[in-house]
Amino acid sequence: MEAGTRPGLRICEGDCAVLKRDDVFKAVPVLRRRKIIFEKQWFYLDNAIGHIYGTTFEVTSGGNLQPKQEMEETTPETKEAGTDNRNIVDDGKSQKLTHDDIKALKDKGIKGQEIVQQLIENSTTFRDKTEFAQDKYIKKKKKKYEAVITIVRPSTRILSTMYYAREPGKINHLRYDTLAQMLTLGNIHAGNKMIVMETCAGLVLGAVMERMGGCGSIIQMYPGGGPVRAATSCFGFPKHFFNNLHEFPLSKVDSLLSGTFSTETLPSEPEDNALVEEESNGSIDEKQASIQETEEESTETAMESNQTEEQETMDINAEDIGFKENQGKENKENVREKQRKQQERRKKLIETAALLREKNADGLIVASKFHPTPLLLSLLEFVAPSRPFVVYCQYKEPLLECYTKLRERGGVINLKLSETWLRSYQVLPDRSHPKLTMSGGGGYLLSGITVVSDKSKCDSSNLEALKMEEPSSKKRKVQDLHC
Amino acid sequence: MSFVEYGDTIKNGDTAIVFLGHESMFPVKVQHGTVTQTKYGVIRHSTDLIGKKYGSKVTCSKGGWVFILHPTPELWTMNLPHRTQILYSTDISIITMMLELKPGSVVCESGTGSGSLSHALIRTVAPTGHLYTVEFHQQRAEKAREEFREHGVEHLVTVTNQDVCKNGFGVSNIADAVFLDIPSPWEAIGHAKSALKAEGGRICSFSPCIEQVQRTCLAMEEHGFTEINTLEILLRVYNVRTISLQIPDLGKASEDNSSIGFDSSNPSNQGSPCTNLQQGTVQFKSGVPLREMVGHTGYLTFATKSLF
Repeated sequence: MEAGTRPGLRICEGDCAVLKRDDVFKAVPVLRRRKIIFEKQWFYLDNAIGHIYGTTFEVTSGGNLQPKQEMEETTPETKEAGTDNRNIVDDGKSQKLTHDDIKALKDKGIKGQEIVQQLIENSTTFRDKTEFAQDKYIKKKKKKYEAVITIVRPSTRILSTMYYAREPGKINHLRYDTLAQMLTLGNIHAGNKMIVMETCAGLVLGAVMERMGGCGSIIQMYPGGGPVRAATSCFGFPKHFFNNLHEFPLSKVDSLLSGTFSTETLPSEPEDNALVEEESNGSIDEKQASIQETEEESTETAMESNQTEEQETMDINAEDIGFKENQGKENKENVREKQRKQQERRKKLIETAALLREKNADGLIVASKFHPTPLLLSLLEFVAPSRPFVVYCQYKEPLLECYTKLRERGGVINLKLSETWLRSYQVLPDRSHPKLTMSGGGGYLLSGITVVSDKSKCDSSNLEALKMEEPSSKKRKVQDLHC
Repeated sequence: MSFVEYGDTIKNGDTAIVFLGHESMFPVKVQHGTVTQTKYGVIRHSTDLIGKKYGSKVTCSKGGWVFILHPTPELWTMNLPHRTQILYSTDISIITMMLELKPGSVVCESGTGSGSLSHALIRTVAPTGHLYTVEFHQQRAEKAREEFREHGVEHLVTVTNQDVCKNGFGVSNIADAVFLDIPSPWEAIGHAKSALKAEGGRICSFSPCIEQVQRTCLAMEEHGFTEINTLEILLRVYNVRTISLQIPDLGKASEDNSSIGFDSSNPSNQGSPCTNLQQGTVQFKSGVPLREMVGHTGYLTFATKSLF
């Protein structure tokens, strides 16, 4: 294990890690003496500290994690199998072990693998099942009784699949492959100056940050009191990744564009929120983790869950603010400290405004619960010409309107409305086929490229835009002739 | 200009994209004294391109105009000279994410083909990562090297002309990810495994046929790969159109309750994209699917090289 010394290779206390069991993920902070509940099992991560990421552990009695050394493939050698299922009757009597028997086995601390073996031995129908059915049976029972988890490093792949499976409402049902398209279409890479506007719990921001590797700058536009970065903190980025991450309130965009922007009218409280969020970035916020834990139940609509999420973050922040204020009254030093911080925040806001005013961003990424049209029309002003932009929307209709409005505005080309279709396969010798279920939809994307817009010749470009909007073959000919 | 770094102005030696409209575009090597013919007339590089801002509108000799765009791996994918079948951005996107690529990643790829995926990989792993790409066709390998040089990314890529199934990637224990797009990927899984870092990494194999996938999956399993997962991704593009539909005449019974639900003067319809321009029609915006689309590119099989 000569490679075992690389930083970030081993599980360390304070890390952000992801627990994995089959296709189920959960992001957790690595802390000592902290009980974790995952997939109906509870355990402590203490013993995992020091092991390499990717290690599979077995949960032993007392909630301790024991590294599972090898995949001992001790599937029963009794290769006796039926040819089909004509003699198998579902009478609920095939398993001779009762619930209590199994529970007794578990309580005795018998390993999951042995329990599965016992289940097979006590099944009257196992031998009559076909080989395929036997495999399936073993797999199912293993999943139920073998208490194994793998600890992996967080990544966009893992966190975006985790969020899509566990809390799609929090990320506006942005499917991971759609996010993948956004990162590519947006040409996200190290050294970019990106504008990100998202209400996906900070997942999209995190994905952009990962692709930029701490190199370049990001301006996060946020609605309300402060940027939400719960998912961003799950990535466990090094501190320096946040040096060039700026935030700017959406409510100040219009004044910035019209030239009336000032920090004087800045409400102080929302800025406090921003700070709270920021402080939690480097390390994992325990509160955030607990929110994820409690929100297991699926939410009906994106709206609802977004609301709950916001309320929760707001609640937390409100408490914090209240707490700070009370202390401030008691302590003069704290008042001074608060003023200093306020000053600092104001300074940062002015700096961010200056960054935007340069109007030379290398791209724009939007993935929000808001109507995309007003966002695009305003935020595109900050993007340099010949740069890509991508907008995500859960629904197609707002993007249809956005498309039309952008055509009218001009200054954009190569507009494309699309969605991706994703299908998983079961691949087994002679038994390959698409999986039984698939996602019905992962949202829609509108992408394009900015160009220099000559506003003086607005009329002619508008005309052109209108022509391009509906390229019936006849119209295309006309256009060709015109040019 | 470089494919991994934006520039503001068009310079001599750049590769730029000439955008004519409607997905019609082509790449051009910007050179002093050169002219490029378009259907709208001639573009003179020295006067029309060099020194201009990327994204500018350039008027051609016949009075028509084009936009000059900064190259990106995605624009390159749409415009590159095909020497083989290529991977398109839809597949490239999911490959990049599922292989967990980011700045600093070391990637092995085979075959290089026309370099469509290579450019996207280089973009993502720059400035500190590296791409080792293996192509068994000598001319294709040469051509790829030349393109990487022209695109300012040669320092991020090593092109090797050999057969990956026989000779592997020429590196071992250094890759975070391996990508295979070859006729018999199962023969290269062992080489892929040894190219990957000791502590593990990700692999992806692209194959158009399910029979190839089956053999590849078996080979991956034999070599101890885990999380083996095969998927397929397709792009559905929608054209935005204004459609008007006629309202059928059902022979109105009375004036009052005529065409319930269709009458756009009905207040409940306000705010929807429907407008009644002529009597008897309803107009609306629609995203219309293409009459024909790409229905299959290839199966993507992903797996993890695990520790044990």
